[in-house]
Amino acid sequence: MNLGVITLGHYLSLGGLLFALSVVGIYLNRHNLIVLLMAIELMLLAVNLNFVAFSHYLGDMQGQVFVFFILTVAAAESAIGLAILVVLFRNRASIDVQDLDALKG
Amino acid sequence: MTTTSALFYLFSAVLLFAGARVITARSTVHAALYLVLAFGNAACVWLLLRAEFLAIALVLVYVGAVMVLFLFVVMMLDLNSDSFREGFWKHMPLAGLVGAVIALEMAFVLIRGFDVRSAPAMADAASVAGNTKLLGVAIYTRYLYPLQVAAVLLLVAIIAAISLTLRRRKDSRYIDPTEQMKARKADRLRIVQMKPVVEPRPASPPDAPAGGAAGAKT
Repeated sequence: MNLGVITLGHYLSLGGLLFALSVVGIYLNRHNLIVLLMAIELMLLAVNLNFVAFSHYLGDMQGQVFVFFILTVAAAESAIGLAILVVLFRNRASIDVQDLDALKG
Repeated sequence: MTTTSALFYLFSAVLLFAGARVITARSTVHAALYLVLAFGNAACVWLLLRAEFLAIALVLVYVGAVMVLFLFVVMMLDLNSDSFREGFWKHMPLAGLVGAVIALEMAFVLIRGFDVRSAPAMADAASVAGNTKLLGVAIYTRYLYPLQVAAVLLLVAIIAAISLTLRRRKDSRYIDPTEQMKARKADRLRIVQMKPVVEPRPASPPDAPAGGAAGAKT
């Protein structure tokens, strides 16, 4: 891996590192649902980075079209996730994942 | 090292630093602001990949809308930030192990497998027509139906988010317009059929007894 020329592998490594970082974040922040949602957004960003890199280096526009749709779904997901979080906080006065055990027998 | 590669390393370093601060920041507001920084640098990396439209869309949609929503929710909820940190360092070894395994596995595949240096076809086509035009042509011709589905998905998201968080106040008095419009005359007014009854006229004019009673009372 040459440091001077940026290859596709550079961008994919950046996406992989970002993805691993957000997995670590999901492990660490289990008491704060908002940071969990942020870690999911980071994961989606890493995946989008891979799509854009492949789209550029393979000369295919469909990767960017897919990123467009992923952005749409991610915006909808975060809006509904935050709405659920607000309702959860109204009912339980907590956003700890450990408190979400109402279905536990 | 050319300018492009120097910029790539700069943006990547800031992006990874901001991502690390998102997951380790003590305050949730700081985490959200570092996430804004991460999105901005990711947009810069996408600009290096000549995806201008998506870079601008990322800044507009995420930094402009989603992160403002995050900050709004963080400030709206009365969060107790002390309890967030308990167990943070307890989970650290397992989390670091999993993260390192994922990073090493990906690096093992990525280091030699994807040594694509340049993109001649894409670069020529994009420089002639422009990234935005190419993306628009692709979306509005071949992917028109998925685009409509995505629009419906956004509508569903709007309705779901509003109906989840809509709360009727019980302590405020207000008038429901639909109930008002549904009211008919029969609901408010009851007409009773009855026979006309005419009271018989008193025989003597009532002036003298009434005056006499008033005088007796005083």
